[in-house]
Amino acid sequence: MTDDITTDLACKELVEIITDYLEGTLPERDRTRFDAHILTCPPCREYVAEMRSTLQLTGRLTPESISTGARDELLRAFRRMKASSTGL
Amino acid sequence: MAMSAMDSRTLVRDSDTELVERLRHGDEATFARLIDAYSAPLLRLAVTFVQSPSVAEEVVQETWMAVVTGIGRFEGRSSVKTWLFKILTNKAKTRALSERRTIPFSEFDSSNGDEPAVDPSRFLPASHPQWPGHWATAPQPWSMGPEGTALDRETLGVLRRGLEDLPRAQRVVVALRDVHGWPAADVCAVLDLTEANQRVLLHRGRSRLRAVLERYFADADLREPDHV
Repeated sequence: MTDDITTDLACKELVEIITDYLEGTLPERDRTRFDAHILTCPPCREYVAEMRSTLQLTGRLTPESISTGARDELLRAFRRMKASSTGL
Repeated sequence: MAMSAMDSRTLVRDSDTELVERLRHGDEATFARLIDAYSAPLLRLAVTFVQSPSVAEEVVQETWMAVVTGIGRFEGRSSVKTWLFKILTNKAKTRALSERRTIPFSEFDSSNGDEPAVDPSRFLPASHPQWPGHWATAPQPWSMGPEGTALDRETLGVLRRGLEDLPRAQRVVVALRDVHGWPAADVCAVLDLTEANQRVLLHRGRSRLRAVLERYFADADLREPDHV
């Protein structure tokens, strides 16, 4: 019975294994259940689409980095280090 | 700015030996490239230890100074990337201790507490005769604006605030994976996480962000009922 791959997955369970699914780390049998479930469940298909949209939007956020002033200071320090190590 | 995420992926493919050689020979362009590729992820990790953004920036600055003075001692036992993040972690921990703040690494332990991806009240009870655990309140399609529009910029703003509001461990994992585009293995290496823990944090963080966007799109639909 438990080996039956058609054993339905509850939607409540699907939303907890979706990251494993997207990461490709879901065991084969669960992957098959997942695929079978979204084929027949429009709300879960929507949920998967929303997770994909979330990832895609997050990928468009620009990383906040150090200030230009801090960057310039580091490059100056690097030049000083080079000068002192080569005796210039 | 979007370039730096791309650069950090390119740099990873560079041979570490060549990179270190160039740095030792005082190649400023290489050092600049390294700063541009890694300052943002370093800053991202620093703020998980120290509260103030200015202190976090100081910690990143100290890390780079340690690279400038210590590149001669780099032995190549780990990747340059892991080495960089170890330096940062040590400096940030020292700083956090001097600020008498608890080191948040316990937070990287994902075993404490259960956090459902979706509010359980959105599902039918397990005792439901026909559809146990299925959606009671189904997710509704999102009306996303085309890229570059005001609506699109507003969405990204909402998402950025959502990311900043995530618990620290989730925030750093989601940022490194999804903003900076790092592979899972690199995140595990620099944060000293098991693959399973990394995935739990990623899952919780991404699920929370989806919920943030869902609320935002639902509200936007209420504000603009005619919006197409």
